[in-house]
Amino acid sequence: MREIASRMVTETVSTLLQDGCYHLADDVITALRQAYEREESPAARNVLVQLLENAEAADRDEIPLCQDTGMAVVFLELGQDLHLIGGDLYEAIQEGVRRAYAQGYLRKSVVVKPFSARVNTRDNTPAVIHTTIVPGDKLKITALSKGFGSENMSRLAMLTPAAGRQGVIDFVVKCVDEAGANPCPPVIVGVGIGGTAEKCMLLAKQALLRRVGDPHPDSEIAELEAAILNRVNDLGIGAMGYGGRITALAVHVEVFPTHIAALPVAVNLQCHSVRHREATL
Amino acid sequence: MKTISMIPRSVQLPLSEDVVETLHAGDGLLLTGVMYVGRDAAHKRMIETLEAGEKLPVDLKGQVIYFMGPTPARPGKIIGSAGPTSSYRMDAYSPRLMAEGLKGMIGKGMRSREVKEAIRQYKAVYLGAIGGAGALLSSCIRKVEVVAYDDLGAEALRRIVVQDFPVTVVNDIYGGDLYEEGQSQYRSTPTGRESGRSPCGPPRRPISPRHPPRI
Repeated sequence: MREIASRMVTETVSTLLQDGCYHLADDVITALRQAYEREESPAARNVLVQLLENAEAADRDEIPLCQDTGMAVVFLELGQDLHLIGGDLYEAIQEGVRRAYAQGYLRKSVVVKPFSARVNTRDNTPAVIHTTIVPGDKLKITALSKGFGSENMSRLAMLTPAAGRQGVIDFVVKCVDEAGANPCPPVIVGVGIGGTAEKCMLLAKQALLRRVGDPHPDSEIAELEAAILNRVNDLGIGAMGYGGRITALAVHVEVFPTHIAALPVAVNLQCHSVRHREATL
Repeated sequence: MKTISMIPRSVQLPLSEDVVETLHAGDGLLLTGVMYVGRDAAHKRMIETLEAGEKLPVDLKGQVIYFMGPTPARPGKIIGSAGPTSSYRMDAYSPRLMAEGLKGMIGKGMRSREVKEAIRQYKAVYLGAIGGAGALLSSCIRKVEVVAYDDLGAEALRRIVVQDFPVTVVNDIYGGDLYEEGQSQYRSTPTGRESGRSPCGPPRRPISPRHPPRI
């Protein structure tokens, strides 16, 4: 059985989180440039130029793209034939978060008790961890720094099956419309459809991990993504909400089978500061 | 709506009422001078202080407050990434501070009807900075000092000096609203808002576009 040391996990998580916070990924830069070329609104174009300049400054000086360096969300795909040695896997991840936020001069934004003692944990732990066991002997780690300007605009609807495809589109468009300027548009719209309530929300978050603008491999879902994107960009919200043609850079949909009584739809928005990285050990 | 000039105008801080009267939704400004920095926790403490009948740790008359919590400064730097946070979370507190003389707020995103009314009543202004441009905005900051609530860390109340700090007027004293005016120009949906202008949240009552629900 293959073995890896849990300190490798710590080092990897730390590196992934720091890289994500300083260096905007190529797919996002390309999407922002394309948005600039297509945008008609002078105010929105001005915003898009500054976002590209911001990405350059962050990359050059290793200063975070955004001061909200988020809550860390870590996705694990753990091969069932892999053996972790030298310590607890989840603690290794938390230590990676601690290290990233201390060594990387990232903002510690996590409070202990959400509705009472909102005291900062001072090391940005705990991370939210989602684990899947898969065949093989590898460990894939995806680390996301999720800012809460966009996270706060998340929504879940348990639609009736009668609502159908149109109901799904209308709900997602309504969420983006109501969010307006708040989630720092242009956004990536993550949509989950199906499963149970919590599965649906997780799908919406996982949808944000796809390369920006890559359509879903299933053509029916890809067509739904395109239809929602058109409707969202007709809202006119534009970059920073100053009015414009590009409100979303992409809509990504993930789907899972559901119950005969249900049509769950979840929306998880991602601001333009898309910060996720992955590595396989 | 006024045509948005892409050539921003330089404005000195703190703001006088005379200057506030010249500002219109959509104007691009470059701010130079002193401003205060505070977000959720600092606002909560300031309001608790006022409610206890005590004095604020700083005099906000004529001042501007920037809704921001920076990342830690690297060695040799005065501040880290320093972009705006969502302003709606300060909606519950802002009218009280405007009553204390606060003249300007800098943040991002929509404000409540109550805040917009207070902006008109107290002759103040709401300015938008570019959310997620924290690295760029950081370079406009020349001086930083914590003036109160040091225990709040990133949320402490700070006084900063900025030079040519870029903002856009969102809400002015004349009722102008850049979000409403700017977006209406590019909106293709035939029947107006899908469901009022509100931050996302559970629907609690029928939503009217003029009265967004508070979270």
